[in-house]
Parts: sequence; structure tokens; C-alpha cells
Amino acid sequence: MFRFLRVNMATKSCVFEDIPEEYTGLGGRALTSTIVAREVNPICTPLGPHNKLVFAPGLLGATNSPNSNRISVGCKSPLTEGIKESNSGGQPGGHLAKLGILAIIVEDMATEGEWWQLEISKDSARLVPSTVAGLNNFDAVNKLVEQYGKECSYVTIGRAGEFKLTAASIAFTDRELRPQRHAGRGGVGAVMGSKGLKAIIINPEGGKNHPLVDEEAFKAASKRFAKALTSHPITGKGLAEYGTAVLVNILHEAGGLPTRNFTCGQFEHHEAVSGEMMNKVTKERGGEGAVAHGCMSGCIIRCSGIFPDEKGKFKSKWPEYETLWCFGPHSNIDDLDLICTFDHMCDDFGVDTIDVGVAIGVAMAGGGIPLGDGKAVMEAMQGISDGTPLGRIIGCGTATTGRVFGVRRVPCVKGQSLPAYDPRAVKGVGVTYATTPMGADHTAGYSVTANILSCGGKIDPLKKEGQIELSRNLQIATASVDSVGLCLFTAFAILDIPDALAAIVDMLNAKFGWKLTGDDVVTLGQRILSTEIDFNRRAGITEAADHLPDFFTDEPVPPHNTTFDFTPEELQTTFNWIKK
Amino acid sequence: MSRAGPLLPMSVQIKLSTTLRDCVPGYVPETGLFIDLAEGEATLTAGELAQRIGLPLEEIKIVMINSRQNDLASPVRNGDRVAYFPAVGGG
Repeated sequence: MFRFLRVNMATKSCVFEDIPEEYTGLGGRALTSTIVAREVNPICTPLGPHNKLVFAPGLLGATNSPNSNRISVGCKSPLTEGIKESNSGGQPGGHLAKLGILAIIVEDMATEGEWWQLEISKDSARLVPSTVAGLNNFDAVNKLVEQYGKECSYVTIGRAGEFKLTAASIAFTDRELRPQRHAGRGGVGAVMGSKGLKAIIINPEGGKNHPLVDEEAFKAASKRFAKALTSHPITGKGLAEYGTAVLVNILHEAGGLPTRNFTCGQFEHHEAVSGEMMNKVTKERGGEGAVAHGCMSGCIIRCSGIFPDEKGKFKSKWPEYETLWCFGPHSNIDDLDLICTFDHMCDDFGVDTIDVGVAIGVAMAGGGIPLGDGKAVMEAMQGISDGTPLGRIIGCGTATTGRVFGVRRVPCVKGQSLPAYDPRAVKGVGVTYATTPMGADHTAGYSVTANILSCGGKIDPLKKEGQIELSRNLQIATASVDSVGLCLFTAFAILDIPDALAAIVDMLNAKFGWKLTGDDVVTLGQRILSTEIDFNRRAGITEAADHLPDFFTDEPVPPHNTTFDFTPEELQTTFNWIKK
Repeated sequence: MSRAGPLLPMSVQIKLSTTLRDCVPGYVPETGLFIDLAEGEATLTAGELAQRIGLPLEEIKIVMINSRQNDLASPVRNGDRVAYFPAVGGG
């Protein structure tokens, strides 16, 4: 009952295929990266007909495992020119898994200017002319819900994706049918736009979960995993109460909160944009605001909150820490309401909050937008939807914006912008930024855990010792977690509670009848990274690209006045299992 | 004694995060808390200081002194800035 759905945008054929043997045992990121590596010519033009866009739920999708309904989106990235896996919450991952669709592979392109939408249900899939072309995500989904109903879930691009801006995202609806969970990074929305695919409608009705080989064993293991998540203070309570924004104050305190385009590691108004403040304002305003909100079915961590406006009406989801940071300290803005408005604009227009928010601060550094001027940022942001020249520049992300405005400090690796941790004060995450095949990405190997959060051990964030090994191990583990369909935040419990990983392995074995051990999880992670790095090599991205921009090695950042002092040779030992 | 006010050479500034704030009535997030250490208290540890202001030690996961990672056994001196955090995470 497991199958692939192959969709050709040129011929409009939609075919269910048996899964070739070589893909057995793969899901999520393992599947998207393996399909892209096998089927996409690494030197192809990312926004051309030879690129493919792959959607894949994880191995534990649509089971009663907690937090296992994430979805992976893979392609060659128009932002990094390398392989991309971008990961999202929301309902579509679980719905696809429920329909037994392990991957959707979207090929070729529709005629330029035509927009199509893909209808998927239990026994059929077809492309029909889109009824929502030209609309941004929220209007598009509202109209689609009128047409297809509330039981479906929706995958859409906004106008940024239609314009094929290289920071365009793909939106996935949450449980309340709001398109505010995004595969944000790497310009995957531009690839969807280039294909002429505006929306995917997934009707889960009649779908059946994959039968569990050993139902009792699965139930027992799932219960153990849930216990690990609820008993850990971060996954059990902290994330629900304060969201990821809880990190604002701790990164400020640690001197790793990049401020005014990475010229300082502390922001004097950090309290105004903190998780504590967001929690307080949300509770005070009440109304449609919510503390502890899950973005997908089966989520027990519930980090995604709803931020209300002054009248208690929905304003945005709780912005993530990275969003608060880039539109806040990085752009010298301390107005929480304004930042939530920018967050909502990103969700609606369909752009990555990180690459666009960092672009705003970089444009400020280059004189394109006055420093800290919220009104000017609002106009620039609106330009993304309106298609103004400035909007298109910012919507193409940080690297493009830095180039256009002649900026010396452009915080990117492989064309993708750095997230919210200064690599000079949190050196472990700097190793990840430099080396991950994804381009700068904190989620690829979140060394902030041991560097700052005392989670999974403790390593001095200002020293080099132990950082490469830490980043290596986290990159391997993350690749596996992304393949299982688990939310990355489960890693906090996995790092501290040994039974959590054992429970995941037991769930996989009980579902599929496998005999995996914890070591196999490591092997899988290494295999995924090897596949991704090999694609990049064939695309012309060599080890020479594994470094940070030189201002990080040249300029000490206050308050610690440290630099990022790894040599390229040291960084090249990260993937030490790959033969050169 | 504790007070709200600027950091004097003879005091320690204390910053609290999330739920730890609820342990100190009247805590002002923007400025934190100031504790004046008496002379001869040079050997006070971060843990002892936490107890003095009523923080439950078992809820403290991270201690930073002057923006550096430390722990409850680390010594605190007048003029230091000490920050306490429970287990927090995000990303």
C-alpha cells in the first residue's frame, strides 16, 4: 500500500508507482535526499525543468507516536545551488502518510504563466487549473477551504513563490487551517513556483495507517517515548510556555545574540522581544491568543503559540526565536507587535523569515533601509507581495541583498543566511554553519545544546575543543531524526534521556518488523550526509565552500571579543568517515 | 540586602529567566536584582547566592557569571553579573 506519486507538470500525468527496492526503509529527509541525488542532474538550473521537487513524510508519519508528522521537502536549491532538505510541521505530512504516499515527486514545468493545483485523495491524484493564482497564502487557503472543505490539508506558495524569489517558502496548514508552518529555507517555494504548481490539496479521508507488524510493542514504545518528552523540562514544559523565543534572553546573556548585523553579541532591548515578554503579552491580551499550541496532530511539545493583537484578535503565530532575532536585534528593532506583523507577512507572502529578516538588517548595513526604521521595513516587506524592485531583492534573501547594497558583512554560507547565534560566541554552531551541505543552518547540527543550554553535556562555547566532534555527532543524529518524521525538538529529550532513542528504535522495529539497533540510526545519518555531500560535489560545491565569511575570522565580537578561529583544514575533518 | 538600582562596585547584579522570576516577588526583568555583599563575603558561591534570594537550586540548570558559563559552585564577587536559568531550549 506504500507508493510514490509522480507528477509531471508538462504532461499533467499523475501516476502512483510501486516503490523501487533501493528506497526501502527510507523516509523523510533520507528519502528526499536519495531521490534528488539519484534523479536530479546536479548541474541543472534549479528553476528549470530538470530539477525535481520531492515531498516526503517520515517513517513514523501517521502513527500514534508523538511528534512524528513532520514533512521533508527536497530539491536542488536555487539559493545554495546545492541539495536541499527543508522541513516543516503542519498537517500535510501526517495526511500523506495516512494515504500511504511516501513521496510526491514533482517533475518538469508547466507552460510559463499557467498555474495548477494538485488534488490528492485515497485513490486518485490529478492536476487542475488553479483557482487561487495570484493570491497570498492566507487568502489562497481560505478560498481552497471553501472549495474543498475543512477535512483536507493544504500546501501552498504565496506571491513570493510565484515570483520565484530565492527565499520563497512552501506553506503547510496547521490544525486550524492556517498556512503558517513553512518549509522555509533554501528557496523551495521558488522551485514549486517554477513548476507552475500553486497548491496541493490533500484529502485524507479513507486513508489507513500502515499496519503495525507488532501493535502491542509499538504501543509500549510510543508510551515510553511520550514519557521521555513529557518528563524532560524543555519538551515537557518550557517550549509550550515560552516558545523558541525563550532563547532571546539566554543568547543575550551569553553574548551570542547577533546585533545590528553581527557587530555585537548583545542587544540592550532584549527583554522587549523575549519569550518571557511574548508569554506575558499573550496572556494579558487573551482573546484568540494561545500559550501552548501544537502545529500538527500528535504534538505534545506545543511550542507554536498564537500571538493576539491589542484587541485579542489573531495577529500571527508566535514568531520563532530566529524570526524575533532577525527582525529585532539584528535590525535594531525592539517592537514585539511590529515583529509579529513581519512574521505574519512572511507567512502570508511565503518567504523564509530567516533569509528575509537577515536581509533586512543587511540592507540597513548597506544604507538601503534606515537602521531600525520599522515603517521603512514595513514598506519594503509589502514590496515582496507587490513585486517592487526592493521587495524582490529582499525576497531573494541575504546574499542577493548584500550584493546589491555593497555590504562588507554578509552573513551567509553557500548563499544561505546565518541564523541567530553568533559563531564567534557559540563556536559549535559555527562549525555546523560552515560544514553542513545545506548552507548555514542551525537545525542541521544544533550545537547550541551543549554550548549554551547544558543539554547533552557541556562544552565551552568560546573554545574550539570538542566542537567539531559535537557538530559531527549532531549532524548525523539530526539527519536520522529528520528521516523518522520527528520534530527536531524531540532531540532535547533524546540527548538527555537514553530511553528516548531506544523507544524510537523500538517503534521503527515494531512498525516495520525490522531489527534495527541504535548503531543503525548512526549509520543511516552518515549515509544521508554522504549522499547530500556527494550531490554537492557533483554540483561543483567543494570543500572549499565549507567556511564562514572572513569578517567572522577577522573581527572580534563584543562582549567576549572572540573570533571564529577554526582553520579550513580543521573544519574539513567534520565528516571524517567520508574518503576523499 | 537587595534593591532595584544600578550596579555599584559593592553589589552583584542578578538576572533571572522564565519561571525563576516567579520565585522573587517584585522582580524587574529589565534591571534585574541587586544584592550588596558585605565585606568578607568574597567566598560566596553562585549556589549560596541563589539560596539567599529564594531560588530553588534544583530548578537551576544554567549559571552564567559575566556572560560566561559557570555552575552553582563558582565563586561570586561584588561587581559580578550573575544569571540563572532553568532548563530552556528552542531553536
